[in-house]
Amino acid sequence: MEMMLALAVGTLTGSGVYLMLRARVFDLIVGLTLLSYAVNLFLFLMGRARIGAAPILDGQRAANLAEYADPLPQALVLTAIVISFAMTALMLVLALRTRAETGSDHVDGEEPR
Amino acid sequence: MSSWPHWMIMPVVLPLLCGALLILLERNRPAWAPWLSVASLLALVGLSTHLLIAADSGEIGVYLLSNWRAPFGIVLVLDRLSALMLLLSNLLGLACALHALGGDAQRGAHFHALLQFQLMGLNGAFLTGDLFNLFVFFEVLLIASYGLLLHGGGAARLRAAIHYVSFNLAASALFLIAVGLLYGLTGTLNMADLALRVAALEAEQLLLAKSAALLLLVVFSVKAALLPLYFWLPATYASASSSVAALFALMTKVGIYAIARVFTLIFGASAGLMAEPAGSWLAILALATLVLGSLGALAAEHLRGQIAYLLVASAGTLLLAIGLGSPGALAAALSYLPGSTQACAALFLLAGQLSAARGSQADALQAAPFAYGRQRLGLLFFIAAIIVGGLPPLSGFIGKALLLQASQTHALMAWVWAGVLLSSLIVLLALARAGSTLFWASDDAPVPCSGPAPGVAAQLSCYALLALAIASGVLAGPLYRYASASAAQLYAPQAYIDAVLAQDSAPARFDVRKEMREAGLSKGGAQ
Repeated sequence: MEMMLALAVGTLTGSGVYLMLRARVFDLIVGLTLLSYAVNLFLFLMGRARIGAAPILDGQRAANLAEYADPLPQALVLTAIVISFAMTALMLVLALRTRAETGSDHVDGEEPR
Repeated sequence: MSSWPHWMIMPVVLPLLCGALLILLERNRPAWAPWLSVASLLALVGLSTHLLIAADSGEIGVYLLSNWRAPFGIVLVLDRLSALMLLLSNLLGLACALHALGGDAQRGAHFHALLQFQLMGLNGAFLTGDLFNLFVFFEVLLIASYGLLLHGGGAARLRAAIHYVSFNLAASALFLIAVGLLYGLTGTLNMADLALRVAALEAEQLLLAKSAALLLLVVFSVKAALLPLYFWLPATYASASSSVAALFALMTKVGIYAIARVFTLIFGASAGLMAEPAGSWLAILALATLVLGSLGALAAEHLRGQIAYLLVASAGTLLLAIGLGSPGALAAALSYLPGSTQACAALFLLAGQLSAARGSQADALQAAPFAYGRQRLGLLFFIAAIIVGGLPPLSGFIGKALLLQASQTHALMAWVWAGVLLSSLIVLLALARAGSTLFWASDDAPVPCSGPAPGVAAQLSCYALLALAIASGVLAGPLYRYASASAAQLYAPQAYIDAVLAQDSAPARFDVRKEMREAGLSKGGAQ
């Protein structure tokens, strides 16, 4: 499972960086989104990949990380998702305004000479 | 600490409440909004002065949010460095708000609300003692800064904003990766706790921890404008409105603050195997930044672009002092920081007034007639230029002299002296050329100007910033004493760690669990 998740993080990051470097605003936004997915998955994994472990103490098992999943990375991921969602919305508005004002979807606002 | 413990969180809560209130006020009572904003900023300046006096006792103030003990909850920590940065940011915020009364605030919606949120982010970033919370406050200040940068609209601002926003989003992604790595290695995000656990890491985890540390350095360098990462800065700062650019003069200092904090506390000399992961690279890159920033100032074609490059050079000076890694150099940096920031901010405000007075020529570095205020602006420019260029007798000179003195025993001494002196010479040339072209080669003529003559508030903010910058030179003795005490505090992180981890929760006024049990609401009672 670790290998699969690590490959997923790597693929998402690689695609995200490639798209960001294409210097078109739409590709840039998709690239940033993929990068933020990669980061969220990575943060989630930093609490260790566990299957079937509850994050909330039920009082019946000993309170340690061998019995439970670490709830903190999930809280971090939630915060990161909210922020990256808002930022994607902002980037989209910015991209539309730039396209309208400059007539170009290049990140510099004009076609490269 | 002070009598009422909640003073410490007020620099975050007050702008948050005022910002929210301002959104309502701007719709219903637009005439009241600027006054509420200025009143809030005056209160913030008073508050941060109070906190500065409290922090100067040498005691480290710790505020437990929701009364959760560190490292389980988030803490706010007030030491000398954070108190100094708080006061500086709120002073610049006040100057920005006053200057914006003269017209910048009316070019779009919600200027003052955005300004309050920006200050909330800045104040929070200076106060927090938690790495993830630092990320959150970085996002708060960045989101507000995107709004402020775009305020007033226009194609140039949009172009600059695309670069600025996407660059900072990529940096935020790296920040999260670094935070995740550190959490995965140590299981904590509290900076004091991290300091203990990073020092106790085993050799096989060293490589990951080192990558996390260097990723953090990259992220903070994006904010602080270190060499390969400053290319977004000149276009961004030159396209923002002048009030906003003056506040942005502080934004690079947030990155510098974060580097100074994290690389003395978590990855400082006491971190065992993890001590100083960047080696002398920080100093070398900062030197290159300093020289390139000054060359950029020499090559600039517009006054605002020139000031933006001066900010890069000033960030280079400060990072160089941090990179030298001695308390003396850091003390020099901290006594250089207030004066140079205020002078650069004042220059941005001057550039705004100058553009308005010259009509279509705006701030191009060419001789062009002034509709009004040539002598007044020229005199103010001259004073600010002396401070930024580092000529005696004003504050810029004292800071740079202290830095040269502190680098005497360092291995890179020859390079530091050469770099700092050379860049000072280049900056001086650039400012002399700009000043003589703008003010001496021009004359007064009734040209059509692009804005109204600056009002009382706008002029006052300019004078006040310059007066503060001069004061930080006149009061160099007390300032240097405070700066060396701050540097000593940063280089002795044990006191910070002890203060944070030993802070007890305040005694509960009432016991929630007991009351729930009595009301039959607890788990046992419900079953």
